[in-house]
Amino acid sequence: MSAVEDVVTEAPAVEAVPKRAMTLGLGTSLVVLAALCLAPLFVKNFIIFQMTMLLIYGLAVLALNILTGGSGQFSLGQSAFYAVGAYTSAILMEHANMNYALTLPIAGLVCFAFGFLFGQPALRLSGVYLALATFALATAMPQLLKLGFFEHWTGGVQGLVVTKPDAPFGLPMSQDMWLYYFTLAITVGIYIASVNLLRSRSGRAFMAIRDNEIAASAMGVDVALYKTLAFGVSAGITGVAGGLGAIAVQFVAPDGYTITLAISLFLGMVVGGVGWLPGSIVGSAFIIFVPNMAEGISKGLSGAVFGVLLFLVIFLVPHGARQVAIVAQGLIAKLKR
Amino acid sequence: MELFTNQVLAGIATGAIYACMALAVVMIYQAIDHLNFAQGEMAMFSTFISWQLMQWGVPYWGAFVLTLALSFAGGILIERLLFKPLAKAPILTNVAGFIALFAIINSVAGLIWDFTIKQYPTPFGSSPFLGSQLISTHQAGMIGVTVLLLVLLFIFFQYTRIGLAMRAAASLPESARLVGINTSWMIALGWGMATAIGAIAGMLIAPVVFLEPNMMGGVLIYGFAAAVLGGLTSPLGAVIGGFLVGIFENLAGTYIPGVGNELKLPIALALIIVVLVVKPAGLFGRPIVKRV
Repeated sequence: MSAVEDVVTEAPAVEAVPKRAMTLGLGTSLVVLAALCLAPLFVKNFIIFQMTMLLIYGLAVLALNILTGGSGQFSLGQSAFYAVGAYTSAILMEHANMNYALTLPIAGLVCFAFGFLFGQPALRLSGVYLALATFALATAMPQLLKLGFFEHWTGGVQGLVVTKPDAPFGLPMSQDMWLYYFTLAITVGIYIASVNLLRSRSGRAFMAIRDNEIAASAMGVDVALYKTLAFGVSAGITGVAGGLGAIAVQFVAPDGYTITLAISLFLGMVVGGVGWLPGSIVGSAFIIFVPNMAEGISKGLSGAVFGVLLFLVIFLVPHGARQVAIVAQGLIAKLKR
Repeated sequence: MELFTNQVLAGIATGAIYACMALAVVMIYQAIDHLNFAQGEMAMFSTFISWQLMQWGVPYWGAFVLTLALSFAGGILIERLLFKPLAKAPILTNVAGFIALFAIINSVAGLIWDFTIKQYPTPFGSSPFLGSQLISTHQAGMIGVTVLLLVLLFIFFQYTRIGLAMRAAASLPESARLVGINTSWMIALGWGMATAIGAIAGMLIAPVVFLEPNMMGGVLIYGFAAAVLGGLTSPLGAVIGGFLVGIFENLAGTYIPGVGNELKLPIALALIIVVLVVKPAGLFGRPIVKRV
């Protein structure tokens, strides 16, 4: 026995969030949903497109939130899963002439498998190591997509063009508006499923692992299984988001899925509040609109504005939008009294 | 056989750069137990500073020394302003901080110096080294500087009071504080040194990859791979890891069909994952012992 032992005081990667604090109340949820349903009726097609992207990125941030806020593992490599989903959808639509709606569950399944497999080696990693491995995955992904070997399918550097679907059953809607409602339906469905997942047995297992891995395994939680499962679920949802993204943007190319995207999604989660599912949409709005505004101030400044805002968030409101929401709730309660 | 020797030597030369990056990563990891994802961008920014100094007419070695001093000060400043307040925060917050720093530096460098590719001078010249066809003088210089740096660091950590204090602060912060070591400043010092080492790596590789704000992306991943291979807790391991990764990269690019240039980053990824799975502590790292 050496006198000096290396003791690693393992602090949880993420601060604990009780499961009740993870969602909005029913009333608030319905108001938000109604707003999301009605908003596109009053705005131009371009803004509808941006709102669609808001939902799509919101879905991707939600997926990351399940992984990080739920099971305490993080990933800087979500762009890789997003890319796999997008390419799966695009390839199926363009090469197999499959209906766009059918490609989404397939994209989800493919990404689930991919995430589950990536979760296997990732099992041995925690904290910074996991961040590192996923960071490397995100950096390597565009190069993998450019490979000559897959070029027949992926279109290489040029990528693939995807046709935008028309509204079905002769509904009198523009393509953008149809896609928006289609995306909204999927987002709401996945959101409800995620909330239920986190409230289920598996969700509690995730949170037990997040808060204390050793205690969780002592309680009989199969740590390895649930960690890889969390990775799989997260990747699967990201894959669906990627597929939707490919349909909305009508284009996939390797350079659309760089580390920048992975970083954006990560930022979205931090800004929205880790472990607070509705925050995903807030975070997604942040990563879509802030760069635009920053470009408006000065071209090429968006990265800096992003970074500075992020520092402000982690210094001033470490829990992101969740913290703001709690303060707001307190104020409203006070006013009512 | 000549091709083989050639590739190994070229691998050692690029490995020298990865070794520098890995060394910088390990320095900060030792000090604060976090991986600095902004390390590559910090090195890039330092390189731009040296380039700017040279544009203003400062001779190479003058710019070199001045840049090291500025980087050192810059590293300490970043630690004091941004990361000291985050010392007790969860890992996630720290990762977010590094990512934010990454975005800021990348964007600011692009804003000041724009994204066009710039030539960067080499102090060693690019003629063949000592008349041999195998490596260029610049590559030999890169290897020389890295080895020199390693020796200097070894002397610093092994034979100076402050080096000892830094090691103590990194391995047992509480005890170090009890014997009167200012651990907080030791961390800042670690940041300063890491930034300066990163600057050396940047200035050495700039003649090879050319100077532009995104130049360190791939290098950083290789630096991480090298640090992981050597063990994140061992500076010597980081350097050896760097050379091994450089050689491996070149040999894989030459001999495995279909790898070539386009698969280089995925190789680093594969390397990181394989090392972490097979030997998580790396070749020279201390295994992590968890107390329940």
